[in-house]
Amino acid sequence: MAHRWTNDLTHDDVTPKSAYLNRRQLMTGMAGLGLAALAPKARAATDLTPTDFDVITQYNNFYEFGTGKEDPAKHAHRLTTQPWSIKIDGMVDRPGDYALGDILSKMTIEERLYRFRCVEAWSMVVPWNGFELKDLLDLAGVQSSAKYVAFETLYRPDEMIGQKSPFLEWPYVEGLRLDEANHPLTLMATGIYGKDMPKQNGAPIRLVVPWKYGFKSIKSIVRITLTDKEPPTSWNKSIPGEYGFYSNVNPEVDHPRWSQASERPIGGGFFAKRIPTLKFNGYEKEVASLYDGMDLRKNY
Amino acid sequence: MINTLNTLVRKVPNWLLYLIGAAYPAWLLYAGFTGGLGVDPVKAMEHALGKAGLQVLIAVLLITPLRRFTKLNVLSWRRALGVIAFFYILLHFLVWMVLDVQIISQVKADLIKRPYIIVGMISLLILLPLAITSNNLSIRNLGPRWRKLHKLTYLAVALGGVHYIMQTKGFEYEPYIYLAVVLGLIAIRKLPKKRAAHPAKRQAA
Repeated sequence: MAHRWTNDLTHDDVTPKSAYLNRRQLMTGMAGLGLAALAPKARAATDLTPTDFDVITQYNNFYEFGTGKEDPAKHAHRLTTQPWSIKIDGMVDRPGDYALGDILSKMTIEERLYRFRCVEAWSMVVPWNGFELKDLLDLAGVQSSAKYVAFETLYRPDEMIGQKSPFLEWPYVEGLRLDEANHPLTLMATGIYGKDMPKQNGAPIRLVVPWKYGFKSIKSIVRITLTDKEPPTSWNKSIPGEYGFYSNVNPEVDHPRWSQASERPIGGGFFAKRIPTLKFNGYEKEVASLYDGMDLRKNY
Repeated sequence: MINTLNTLVRKVPNWLLYLIGAAYPAWLLYAGFTGGLGVDPVKAMEHALGKAGLQVLIAVLLITPLRRFTKLNVLSWRRALGVIAFFYILLHFLVWMVLDVQIISQVKADLIKRPYIIVGMISLLILLPLAITSNNLSIRNLGPRWRKLHKLTYLAVALGGVHYIMQTKGFEYEPYIYLAVVLGLIAIRKLPKKRAAHPAKRQAA
């Protein structure tokens, strides 16, 4: 079932920066005249504008293609994404290899304009295209014993040349609690800006969990396993003291090596101002209840 | 051969070294404004300056072993290289503070709370008096103490290598190679020198 969650940011917000700036100037002008109330319904768009396509596709952490931010754009062309299938196994009624084409024929692709916050304290705003993960899980039929969802990225060092380095333990793995996976915000993304997912951004299909740090949003997924145990996650295995299982965006809980209170929007050049980081990356209203009674400092 | 090379090295005027040294940050700034540093010029410049600072300091540490093992004498460049490295690292710090972290309360918190920032800062603070005393007047005034003071270079460079390792995310070879080179260049100075004493001994025997 698509459209469970309605974006308060619509396609109209996918506007060129110049137009956005004009609108902003206009509104500032109106505020000066005491006419702010007459401005079109003040949406979050006043402080949120989509990052340029070129920026989203040239600044990536996709360590399967190298450790530099430009490496994925340079090397991801080697990746072959056809044929592609996702193995869904574990506690499901209908385990098996699901061909991507078959999956997509059953899904409604939506546009979701989400904030994207990297654990390294930079951020973007991305117009994703995709479907809700829950719809895919429903396809496989999640059994009642399942409590977690584990994800795995493709392991193919001949094409993903970064996998030849011991930077991380390959393949990359991630995980969500089942209720997080079923949340209507949790997206399986197949494109950005209406185009097929660029290879450097995790083609052909990736996860997007907008209230968590970017590394949770695992790319180029080939396997999804339903399980009753908290699955291992790559960065947690690598540096457990810095990267937890939950990794919810939280300005109150610092990374041991830097503050998470603010973030640098990418694409603004030398003098881009930092902006305050929002709890759950601005999706507190939607997801905070998932963590009722949990110590978010302990469960970082 | 080596004598011609040494003459050539000595002929390079200091102002030329400083000019080349200054050209690099100027180029970074230009590249940053024209898209040459990618979509995040702040981090690109910050990292490039830090790494260049470490590289030039490694070049400084190379000068003594080069002279000892190859007879190539680049001693006349050492002061300029040291001063250039100091300015790269100072700029590295300023870019981090002004363009990256920006918020002064956050800068202060980082300087107290984050070990890798503290290590980097100590290294810069050690280099400060060395840069200030990099002139003939200081050498004259400080006498033998000048040499002692400037031995702190070893500590500053080693801390720089440690700072580089501490800021990495996953496992990368590069920062470890840098630290190994730095420690190797410090250790090589401890190799026993076979000079004057030995021929004397041999004669006695």
